[in-house]
Amino acid sequence: MSTAEQTGCAINLVEPFLRMDRMPHIWCPGCGIGTTVNCFARALLDSRVNMKNLVVVSGIGCTGRVAGYLKVDSFHTTHGRAIPFATGLKLANPKLNVVVYSGDGDLAAIGGNHLIHAARRNVDLKVICVNNLIYGMTGGQSAPTTPGNVITSTSPYGSFDPSFNLAHLMDAAGAVYVARWTVFHVKQLARSMSEAFAKTGFSFIEVISPCPTLYQRRNRMGDGLSALQYYKQASRVKHGAPTGEVGLTKSGEIAVGKFIDRVRPDYLELMRAQMQESLGERYVDTLDLEECQCQEE
Amino acid sequence: MHAEPAGVLTGVHFMDGDHACCEGCLAAGARFSAGYPITPSTEVVERFAARIPTIGGTFIQMEDELAASIAVQGAVWAGAKAFTVTSGPGFSLMMEHIGFAAMTETPCVFIDVQRGGPSTGLPTLPAQGDMMQCRWGSHGDYAIIALCPNSPQECFDLTVKAFNLAEKYRVPVMLMLDEVVGHMTEKVVIPPAEAIALEPRRLTTKPPGEFKPYAADGGMVPEMAHAGEGYNFHVTGLTHDERGYPNMTPKAQGLLVTRLKDKICKNAGQIVEFEAEGCEGAEAVVVSYGITSRVAQRAIDLARQKGLKAGRFRLITAWPFPVKEICRLAGQVKALIVPELNLGQMSLEVERCAAGQCRTVSVPHAGGSVHDPGDILAAIEEAMR
Repeated sequence: MSTAEQTGCAINLVEPFLRMDRMPHIWCPGCGIGTTVNCFARALLDSRVNMKNLVVVSGIGCTGRVAGYLKVDSFHTTHGRAIPFATGLKLANPKLNVVVYSGDGDLAAIGGNHLIHAARRNVDLKVICVNNLIYGMTGGQSAPTTPGNVITSTSPYGSFDPSFNLAHLMDAAGAVYVARWTVFHVKQLARSMSEAFAKTGFSFIEVISPCPTLYQRRNRMGDGLSALQYYKQASRVKHGAPTGEVGLTKSGEIAVGKFIDRVRPDYLELMRAQMQESLGERYVDTLDLEECQCQEE
Repeated sequence: MHAEPAGVLTGVHFMDGDHACCEGCLAAGARFSAGYPITPSTEVVERFAARIPTIGGTFIQMEDELAASIAVQGAVWAGAKAFTVTSGPGFSLMMEHIGFAAMTETPCVFIDVQRGGPSTGLPTLPAQGDMMQCRWGSHGDYAIIALCPNSPQECFDLTVKAFNLAEKYRVPVMLMLDEVVGHMTEKVVIPPAEAIALEPRRLTTKPPGEFKPYAADGGMVPEMAHAGEGYNFHVTGLTHDERGYPNMTPKAQGLLVTRLKDKICKNAGQIVEFEAEGCEGAEAVVVSYGITSRVAQRAIDLARQKGLKAGRFRLITAWPFPVKEICRLAGQVKALIVPELNLGQMSLEVERCAAGQCRTVSVPHAGGSVHDPGDILAAIEEAMR
């Protein structure tokens, strides 16, 4: 008889992946970040990821707090620099399965340069970008992802500077896997995370997620539930859609799905091939790439 | 623990300071470097990029100095010894991650080959203008260690020492070269691997359930674990408790930040290295470091030829500063003469430690060349008048 049957309580399948001694978390009611963490835990279960080798790196911001709540080796780094920190981890120990979990402001604004260069190099990192279209932690300022005509604390008359289409950016920079879901699409999101775990190279998953406290409220867009209703009604699954056509607007269609899934040699594979070609037997290969076991045995 | 022979280029060489730094890194066991090109420091990583594939390790050229200075810290937590190299403008960008390394107690080495500043300044010409920046450049309270080689031989020796201090105290260590020391070519003797002692990383032997990543256990330097070993530890730049968990209380801040400062300042006696010659009975002592110490030697020789009692005190460790030694010296002399390739930085620290017991005479130089020994001699003569 299982513990659940004995106690009559349901088992929370996510609990083993969380630092329960850090609960409650800091996220607001209706925020979508917790939902993405649930999906992530589900993907870890489904993919039978070897937890010992899993490392989660975050930057700064609301999503930057994810690393601290996961019961893995976790690093809460500086603003925008999760990706170069993760690059150092991965290259110094290729056996590590390195996930970068951060927000749109952290990854695409202050960390934008690192994002495109890591995608260009095709460093074997899985990047989960929770995009709430705003800076949440600092009080709701406009971000490079904020769509036009949105009220934020630093665009009190409405935002007007054009926003980034992150899927298009990552496609152009060379990511091998690019997908977008909303926090309404929990099954699809977990599946995408599992697919990213099976890829070698730079994967980018964008998750559209509500900020009820600052974005929804200031724009009279209701609460977290209203956001889910909007996501449900406005989302269109468009696998393989040209990424130039999947930009986001304030209240229009949200293209979701797997946009890019391609094979390209990753940084370490390229490095090894180049060194072997140039140096021959003088190259001392310490990478042990074959031993990289992302899956549990 | 001794150096691995694979990384040690044992022998007598004729090489410049930048290359000697690279050999020091390799001898110390550094197997990862991330860099971004900047004059006059680039030769360090150019040599590393050429050497490391035949030794076993990785060099990656990053997109900027912010990335380089945090990538090396990722590598450290993955188990490597790692360093980055830069000069003034890049050093300014790295300040964020010197603070992160201090806060997270990540052992790593930053090499700064100083050039004229501020801003782009004098890319190819020497200065010593980053001496206060290396101590105070990142926000908040913390302490670091900074070493000042004055020859290619010392570039090798002090680079090895920098890694050893980084591991012993879990602190970022700065190697403060200047353009002249970086580019001067001299004899460098690299000893056999078994003659190079290395400080092992303070890795925990506790089982995962008992290990607290920031518990100093009565000492001042906690033990460390690497990612991928099953410890499930957390590292954050936020103020944290012994578990590494964020803790936003004045008490946690006080405990942590005081320990970060004390682990260096209270061990200064063990860390500080200097060279003093002719100071007993001297009326004036020239306090200098880096290339300026070699120019000062000429001025001291000339002063002695004139019958003046001039002593020489060379800072090998700039930070922590030799507070006690300078204080004692100040009680014995008429003046401390401080030539440096800036408009007066370490001279302020000398003056503070002299505490009014003698005159402190700054001999400033804005950088772009070295001092004229005559200017230092004039300061010695003036001080003795």
